[in-house]
Amino acid sequence: MKPLLEISFSSFAAQFDKWLNGVVSNSFIVLVAELVVTGVCLLAFLVLLCFFLGYMERKVAGFIEIRLGPNRVGPKGSFQIVADTVKLLFKEGITPSSSDKFLFHLAPVIVVTAAMLAVAPIAFASHFQVYDISIGVLYVSSVSSVAVIGILMAGWSSYNKYSLLGAMRSGAQIVSYELSVGLSLISIVILTGSLRISDIVMSQENGWWLFKGHIPILISFVIFLIASTAEINRAPFDLTEAEQELTGGYHTEYSGMKFAMFLLAEYINLFVVSAIAATIFLGGWMPFHLGHWHAFNSIMDWIPSSLWFMGKTLFIVFIIMQFRWTFPRLRIDQLLNLEWKYLLPISMVNTILVTVMAIMGWHF
Amino acid sequence: MNLLGEPEVTEEGEFVINIGPQHPSTHGVLHLKVWLDGETIKKVQPHLGYIHRSIEKMSESLSYRNFIYVTSRMDYISAHINNQACALTVEKGLQVEVPARAQVIRLLLAELTRLGSHLLWWGCTGLDLGAVTPFFYAFREREAILDVLEETCGARLTQNFMVPGGIMYDIHPNFQKRVKDVMVQVKSKLKEYDELLSGNVIFQGRVKGVGYLSPEDAISYGVTGPAARASGVSCDVRKWFPYDGYDKVQFEEVLDTGGDSYARYMVRMREMQQSIHIIEQLIDNIPEGEFQAKTKMVIKLPKGEFYQRVETARGELGVFIVSDGGSSPYRIKYRSPNFSNLCALSKMATGAKIGDLIAIMATLDLIIPDIDR
Repeated sequence: MKPLLEISFSSFAAQFDKWLNGVVSNSFIVLVAELVVTGVCLLAFLVLLCFFLGYMERKVAGFIEIRLGPNRVGPKGSFQIVADTVKLLFKEGITPSSSDKFLFHLAPVIVVTAAMLAVAPIAFASHFQVYDISIGVLYVSSVSSVAVIGILMAGWSSYNKYSLLGAMRSGAQIVSYELSVGLSLISIVILTGSLRISDIVMSQENGWWLFKGHIPILISFVIFLIASTAEINRAPFDLTEAEQELTGGYHTEYSGMKFAMFLLAEYINLFVVSAIAATIFLGGWMPFHLGHWHAFNSIMDWIPSSLWFMGKTLFIVFIIMQFRWTFPRLRIDQLLNLEWKYLLPISMVNTILVTVMAIMGWHF
Repeated sequence: MNLLGEPEVTEEGEFVINIGPQHPSTHGVLHLKVWLDGETIKKVQPHLGYIHRSIEKMSESLSYRNFIYVTSRMDYISAHINNQACALTVEKGLQVEVPARAQVIRLLLAELTRLGSHLLWWGCTGLDLGAVTPFFYAFREREAILDVLEETCGARLTQNFMVPGGIMYDIHPNFQKRVKDVMVQVKSKLKEYDELLSGNVIFQGRVKGVGYLSPEDAISYGVTGPAARASGVSCDVRKWFPYDGYDKVQFEEVLDTGGDSYARYMVRMREMQQSIHIIEQLIDNIPEGEFQAKTKMVIKLPKGEFYQRVETARGELGVFIVSDGGSSPYRIKYRSPNFSNLCALSKMATGAKIGDLIAIMATLDLIIPDIDR
């Protein structure tokens, strides 16, 4: 059965390319124009997505905390986040007088750029991908780790001791947890034999890796969830912000739009991490299939692949949001113990198990 | 310069941060100067006086009826118990017998206040450790208690209900029914609290073995209340020096020997159950009769010194009145539990991490206006 609604991005892009080439003769200008159009579309999508994630977070928090959440501005309070954004836009951007001005202004840009770049290779639906780079998984993990430079920069340039402490914590935290994230990604790469996101999605045509990969993949899925929550500085690993200890950590001195950029980066990172988890463990845009139940499978095929992708991603976003609203924060030494004494050794052993599994062909 | 007049020296490589007076987890205007080595605390020095309102001096110019109202602003979370302490001291001076009905109602209100205070503390402890949700859960039950107190005396925070000789008015007709409803609610929710926070692995990791206070230190610093009982020091004024008929009700003095933040946490959790136990014994047995003993319009205490201690939710509150025979105290001194408890903070936090300092402060349950007065 054909999907209900399938946006064929590639054919749309090809037509657009053809039309633009007809209008403009210079191929370089065409390329630049296409890049700009793609960038603007992506930017608009990401900002809207962050609005939605912000709204979702407040509603989830309200649900867990036995309260209503936003319910005044717009239908069901859905414009609350818009109102907040407008407020942040009009707020005075305060720069501390003794701060390092250049780095202070540059830091939020780096953080948000790193977050946005990581969106590029994500497959939003079948044939709907901005850039299917051959080293997709590696690209995402390397680009997203640039953010730590921005955070360190923010903490250092603010000329505030709380900010500095927060930045130093983030340095230790992000660098450590990168390892576990990387190793859990590698376990899938070993099974797939490719770093390309589209290949990883296609390899799950006959079943998601979470189900095909036995217990080792289940372990790496759990480790990925924990480690990536730590990597994007979300509670219970939000030591870099740690409101109750450091009054806001690295972004203590930021206000107005520059603060909003950190917030934007946080939600984009949340989306990227969930999207990667959905892509490599839960089949990305692949529908859910059950063995030889052809009727069931065809109904699943009927659901558009973009819905499959967003559904899986938002499910993982929901899980990560629940972490934030139920757990207390770890202490810095406990945080590092968790990574170096538990997660990393387990991931290493797990990687070996997956390798053996891949060589022997024990997976489905 | 610190409080003792010692110069503050910062060595090379030391990182000094000022936590407060404006800080999310000092719950008020406490200022802690913290010397750090990386994340490890080398020294903590509390700086006080940001919310000093000279309540003791003010009381000297207020009559024996009026000075009680000011004390609601000391430990504002347990206002009823502060008032009770003052009323008891004045009654001691007057040698007035408080009617049985007033005594029982005082006890009920004091225990409700203690329960509400511990609920607030539980929520704030979760909040200080980074878990936001417990705060909302605790406030759900605290609201119910505050509603009862509001119906009884008209105020939700700085209640004034206890007067020399008894209580100001008789209780609301709904009082007994509403208190019973609240007790049912709180009892059922205490299990939920344990599931949400007490049993959490991260929470236990954050509080177990953190901020150890030995019994000797607890005694030498004058730490009282749940903080001292968690170190195994039996110091419950309600047991040792019963007042207002605490000797007639059955309850346990909650003791723990851990001495760490987790022990302090568990002592308070168990104290909540004891408070419920006391309330349940009394709520159906409020005797009939007068709610206030007859006192003169203008109270004059005989010349002398009068001291009364009570157990607030945070420890031992002492009220010391020196009277010259006039209509207002000649000199008054409050022995506030939070001041002594804060003094032990430096001892407990040295060698811990910044996050631990917040956890220790949370489990000491400091109310800053009570420290400065």
